Amino acid sequence: MSFLSNLISGLSLGSIYALIALGYTMVYGIAKMLNFAHGDVIMVGAFTVIVAVNSMGLPAVLGIVLSVLICVVMGVTIERIAYKPLRSSPPLSVLITAIGVSYFLQSLALIIFGSTQKSFPKVFNMEPVHLGELTIKGESIETLVVTTAIMIGLTLFINKTKMGKAMRAVSEDRAAAELMGISVNKTITVTFAIGSALASVAGLFFGATYGFIGPYTGSMPGIKAFVAAVFGGIGSIPGAMLGGILLGVIENLAKAYISTELSDAIVFGVLVLVLCLKPTGLLGKKINEKV
Amino acid sequence: MAVKPSERIMVPLPSHSIVPIEDMHKAPVLQTHQLGIDFGGLTAVNNLNLAIGPTEICGLIGPNGAGKTTVFNLLTNVYQPTRGTILLDGYDTKGKSCDQVSKMGIARTFQNIRLFGKMTVMDNVKIGMHNQLHTSLLSSVTHGFGYKQAEKKAYDKAKELLDFFGMADLRHHQAGSLPYGAQRRLEIVRALATNPKILLLDEPAAGMNPSETAELMENIRRIRDEFQIAVMLIEHDMNLVMGICEGICVLNYGEIIAKGTPDEIKANPKVIEAYLGKKADK
Repeated sequence: MSFLSNLISGLSLGSIYALIALGYTMVYGIAKMLNFAHGDVIMVGAFTVIVAVNSMGLPAVLGIVLSVLICVVMGVTIERIAYKPLRSSPPLSVLITAIGVSYFLQSLALIIFGSTQKSFPKVFNMEPVHLGELTIKGESIETLVVTTAIMIGLTLFINKTKMGKAMRAVSEDRAAAELMGISVNKTITVTFAIGSALASVAGLFFGATYGFIGPYTGSMPGIKAFVAAVFGGIGSIPGAMLGGILLGVIENLAKAYISTELSDAIVFGVLVLVLCLKPTGLLGKKINEKV
Repeated sequence: MAVKPSERIMVPLPSHSIVPIEDMHKAPVLQTHQLGIDFGGLTAVNNLNLAIGPTEICGLIGPNGAGKTTVFNLLTNVYQPTRGTILLDGYDTKGKSCDQVSKMGIARTFQNIRLFGKMTVMDNVKIGMHNQLHTSLLSSVTHGFGYKQAEKKAYDKAKELLDFFGMADLRHHQAGSLPYGAQRRLEIVRALATNPKILLLDEPAAGMNPSETAELMENIRRIRDEFQIAVMLIEHDMNLVMGICEGICVLNYGEIIAKGTPDEIKANPKVIEAYLGKKADK
């Protein structure tokens, strides 16, 4: 039974990674850049909940809505100020700018909140569920339910709506999409907005699961989620979901059965192995270069 | 896209236009005036003056590297011109982005096919109709508030367009899996779906066999007649160019060296020189 409960908490952790990985993969697919500041949006989202609930005394629901709104505005603003002027610059300049934005957000949080970790409010008050011998944490169930709903919603949005189709068109051939009358700027703005909203939700679940948030909290899940996106095939939306969930499960099972200290090494080892066998990731598209 | 009336500029027709007589009394759909672009120190296109009638089929020919595709890239604002002006339906396109120019009524195909290969044929056409589909985000999520109606209308129009080219049966296929000729046709359908006033075709007959080329010529004529739009095409297949174009521009080293009817072009010594070289002195 402990295997099953480890698996479920792995799935729950993995679906948080998947939410963050979706932001990486969508931005990569559409804006063709690696937004390394994405992980820090999680931290900003979590801190917003802390401030709203602990300091301002707002109800948890309002805190969550506020956190999503702030992250969306911040993500779109970062894109406008830091990335948009570099749209036609070499990818390396954009990458370095993204790292710069990441440090900027971390330092800002350090100035405002200090270096000690703040405790995350109890936004979910669900009791653990007992199924026979199996005990499932309330947070795990809530995380799984919400992330599954979000992923289904996102898949429908991408496949069914006009904006979703425009996003797929831009990710396949930006210039051709633009000549079909699709505004690339608008599409990129929407992508950053969605990515940041997903990150803020991830921040919420991350805070609820671990209980403490500090200025650097976002960087490790951010990097893991980036790994998950590459693992699943960067640019592919189902790939990010699959990669995130697998990564979480592997990490949790490695912690439970092999070694807590080695769990990260095992996760990255699996990544190296997958990329050796399938360089484009699990669901990555094959690039046919015509000669 | 709202264009203020004050932005509308009318310039007199250049005397060297190649607009057919029946179009003479109508304003040209596309005009360029002294258009030029430099890449660093290299002048790729220079002093380009064009005027294309609203229902004209116009050919743009020239040896390889003459700057023909660069002209298309200028007309669709993929490149911003270094000099000169472009008037699309009387409106200046200066400073507009590609998607804005598309909304103003210009559509194109590409020399090497650039379909959205992973999407279905139908979705490719619907992408072309992006700016005519007015469904809000909310209504597309809730599937209410006229969403179904708008979707149905778009679907019907897309199907009609595909039908026009005998491709309606292929609508659920993945675009990338179609045979080459069908992909070329689909690119034209997708461009037409943007509801253009002028359609630019970049080497539409490339890689086609003679019977496919004949069908393409027929299709280009039908597009003009049915949709009442102008067509401008870059092509190396002289049978096609001479067969359907009413006016032809010959480009060499980025400048127009000749304009006229197919017969005038065929007899023009400058054109023959550009294509075949100078006659040897006896």
